Amino acid sequence: MTTAVELAERVRSGATTARATVEAALGAVADHDGALHAFLHVDGDGARAAADRVDAMVADGRDPGPLAGVPVALKDNLCTRGVPTTAASRILEGWTPPYTATVVDRLVAAGAVPVGKTNLDEFAMGSSTENSGFGPTRNPHDHTRVPGGSSGGSAAAVAAGMVPLGLGSDTGGSIRQPAALCGVVGMKPTYGMVSRYGLIAFASSLDQIGPLAATVEDAAVCLEVIAGHDPMDSTSLPEGPPSVVAALDDGVDGRRVGLVRELVDGAADDVVAAVTRAAAALEAAGARVVECSVPELRLGLSAYYLIAPAEASSNLARYDGVRYGLRVDADDVTAMNVATRTQGFGDEVKRRIMLGTYALSAGYYDAYYGQAQRVRTLVAQAFAAAYADCDVLLGATAPTTAFALGSRTTDPMAMYLSDVFTIPSNLSGEAAITVPFGAGADGLPIGVQLLSPARAEPRLFAAARVLEAAA
Amino acid sequence: MSSLTRADVAHVAALARLALSDEELDRYTGQLAAVLDHAQDVAALDLGSTAPTAHPFAVGTVVRDDVLVACLDRDEVLAQAPAVEDDRFCVPRIIGEAP
Amino acid sequence: MTSGAAALETVVGLEVHTELKTATKLFCGCPNRFGDAPNTNVCPVCLGLPGSLPVLNRQAVELAMAIGTALGCAIRPSSFHRKNYFYPDMPKDYQISQYDEPINVDGHLALPDGTLVGIERAHLEEDTGKSTHVGSSGRIHGADRSLVDYNRAGVPLVEIVSAPDLRSAAGARAYVAELRGILVATGASDGRMEEGSLRIDANVSVRAPGAALGTRCEIKNLNSLRSLQRAIEFEADRQAALLAGGGTVVQETRHWDEEAGCTVPMRSKEEAYDYRYFPEPDLLPLVPDDAWRDRVAAALPPMPAARRAALLERLGDATPAQRDQVASVVADDLDRFVTAAADRGVPAALALARVANEVAALEDPGALDEHGVATLLEMEAGGELSATQAKTVLAEHAASGEDPRELARRRGFERVADGTLDALLDQLIAQHPAEWARYREGDEKLAQFFVGQVMRETSGKADGKAVVAGLAARR
Ligand SMILES: [Mg+2]
Ligand SMILES: [Zn+2]
Repeated sequence: MTTAVELAERVRSGATTARATVEAALGAVADHDGALHAFLHVDGDGARAAADRVDAMVADGRDPGPLAGVPVALKDNLCTRGVPTTAASRILEGWTPPYTATVVDRLVAAGAVPVGKTNLDEFAMGSSTENSGFGPTRNPHDHTRVPGGSSGGSAAAVAAGMVPLGLGSDTGGSIRQPAALCGVVGMKPTYGMVSRYGLIAFASSLDQIGPLAATVEDAAVCLEVIAGHDPMDSTSLPEGPPSVVAALDDGVDGRRVGLVRELVDGAADDVVAAVTRAAAALEAAGARVVECSVPELRLGLSAYYLIAPAEASSNLARYDGVRYGLRVDADDVTAMNVATRTQGFGDEVKRRIMLGTYALSAGYYDAYYGQAQRVRTLVAQAFAAAYADCDVLLGATAPTTAFALGSRTTDPMAMYLSDVFTIPSNLSGEAAITVPFGAGADGLPIGVQLLSPARAEPRLFAAARVLEAAA
Repeated sequence: MSSLTRADVAHVAALARLALSDEELDRYTGQLAAVLDHAQDVAALDLGSTAPTAHPFAVGTVVRDDVLVACLDRDEVLAQAPAVEDDRFCVPRIIGEAP
Repeated sequence: MTSGAAALETVVGLEVHTELKTATKLFCGCPNRFGDAPNTNVCPVCLGLPGSLPVLNRQAVELAMAIGTALGCAIRPSSFHRKNYFYPDMPKDYQISQYDEPINVDGHLALPDGTLVGIERAHLEEDTGKSTHVGSSGRIHGADRSLVDYNRAGVPLVEIVSAPDLRSAAGARAYVAELRGILVATGASDGRMEEGSLRIDANVSVRAPGAALGTRCEIKNLNSLRSLQRAIEFEADRQAALLAGGGTVVQETRHWDEEAGCTVPMRSKEEAYDYRYFPEPDLLPLVPDDAWRDRVAAALPPMPAARRAALLERLGDATPAQRDQVASVVADDLDRFVTAAADRGVPAALALARVANEVAALEDPGALDEHGVATLLEMEAGGELSATQAKTVLAEHAASGEDPRELARRRGFERVADGTLDALLDQLIAQHPAEWARYREGDEKLAQFFVGQVMRETSGKADGKAVVAGLAARR
């Protein structure tokens, strides 16, 4: 299919119109989404109006921007004024925010056209999109498999060619893991590189918005559009967007690549084989690949499943039936809160709220939350040590290819293990990207993961471009 | 072992304003215990000398100027509320003052 | 006091919440304004809408630092935590507050009588919305529903926590009065207790003098100096009576019932509180550098104690009544009017009396400018205006802001020349020989008769004192 960059170029040059491009995307959604359920809401009228505004700019000789007329899919935990936003939770069913997320404003300012809101695990808590309050999304490559999660809707929408570009959020791998399972590029920027204002919070100190795209170049263009300081987010980094597009063709000649044992151990054989081939491809392009070990990463999973639920238990307290969303009536306010939350939240969300409440509660804080925050320091220090000898790190994105719907829903711990390779960069706040790299024994896509230090996105994209070319 | 009990789960459910059936209480106790058991690798570490990380990058004090920004339109806000009376959010009777 | 209680000493520590006088809220750009239409000063942040994020208000930080500096606190690197509990007037169901790293610690406040009261901490936090209870009682008990207005949600507060250094209800009252003066002087607060911009919780216990601290009860909802004093007196008596009767005090939070004049145990929710404090991930640490601290300290105006001393010095030896007036004009931040007038030669005693009585009685005395008031007092001191006329001109000056001289001229309040007054007196004495005779025989009431006559002839422009003096001179 045509890439976002090609589409934008054709719209800007007048070779085609944004309206025609968007109609094609809406048509593709109509054709495929019945089977996939990637979208929770399609905003046809809004998309057509936005497309017409882009075409009007082209007509007056004004430049609509680098994503002129490009249809984009927005994960439904991004607030969009006047367009229903649910985070795939029944507790927010029917809520239409009175404001728009910074990233969405920036996409639109760059000419992009949001066509709809995509499915996710409720409040982004999950790795398969089966925890959606509105039913699962299916993997475009095999409808009996999950697309991964939590950004499964955006990943499936891009993989199925309904849109060239999607936004997701990544708290423990929620962009990279579904991108890998759907065979697309998915990127988690350095924490603070992209504003979280308007992203419905799951775990505030880990959440980061990033692109899902068919190509590394499209992901780079998208990142430059959405990144950069935002005064509405106190944790937003002070600097402007990274120059990743300019770095795309830098290659990896002379780069030191660390193949991290802890980011491969426990992965399925076909996944390990793909990572090995990726290492060879980087070497062939002039990189020096060294095997290394970062044992502290093994602690990441436990630390993550204490920190993320703890922050979530507080972030999700506001869903109390008072100001917006679902209310289940009762004769006093406490009973109303309980009835509303008990009916409105799904099992996984309840599980994590209770886990996090426990990790923060009197007598357990030090042993669990406090201890997990210290492990976070260890992981960051261990990465720093690894980056003393390496420019980028290499590993698997997910332990396996897409798994069957329902196969892990009864065993939370098994599901949590899907994130074991992606979680460490969320804990350290550093950047990572997944690139499709061949297929598994089952013919399903495999993604390999590249990691870089904070703010080193340019070298990350350059390496990703090399793998993309070799895949 | 984390030795998480049914009573612990009932307590956190109450703190979190969630109601659980007996069946759910049993199920969640088992599932949460499994996660906490896995977390013993972290809980067991001796990290006295390691500082906790609350923010990946604490770039320094961040403040904004004390200048007015446009507020939301009240009708747009109240249109989203489950119940409204006299331009206020209406809730069932409150038992107990704020702590 | 109850029998047996006499031997016991009252121990009080106070938590004072003051709303800060900023233009906007603590974490968003909504107006920080009292009395607007419900739910008009709200945005995604202070409504706790999904996806919204807080950004700290610099001015709120500087006012908190000013309070800390004025209270002799150490200003420290600090951070914000989340205090988690469900309550409908709290939009996020957690309060952003400072927990183990408050910005101000270890200060003290000196009461006018010299008592030093320790200040443990003065930290920043956000206010909640306001609930109105609808139904039979109009109060929380017996209401069948509540209505919530979030205009106040997110308004900046500084919570000032004193050490348990106060030993009486009167002492507690004096502490709050002095603290209020300091908060007004720093510009941090308008000090309007009736509007809730100062709210007090009192920790009260009793003990035999010298004994270890007794079990304390926290009394909430003390919104005036009067209820503060009454509540502490009641609670101390209650605890003393309990102990005298062989009972024990249970640590609990109690609510002051203004109408009933008693404290009652607060009905708390079924589950025990466990606030699950943890560092607010949406806010970075607040670390004021030395330059910032110094700038705030340098901008700090003189505090009430220093200003009282300065006024008393100008007065020479002040009467007890004048000392009270000095305290009240300083507390109301009106001493600048006295100083401005005195600087222009108006006797300090006259300036103090007029500011304490006339100026303080105006609608919004703070809005007057020192120059106008000084001019007016100058005219009165110089005999150009009688006291009555000065009062009239002050009222008009307060209303219109016009120059007092111009106002006096327009009203024809120029002084009657002494020559004219002498001639007029001689003429009136000639016209009323009988009254004059009785006056000379010592009937002072007749003086008022002549003053009245003079006032009629001069249509009130004459100076009453000058008339009486003229009569006395002719006796
Ligand atoms: Mg407080
Ligand atoms: Zn606001």
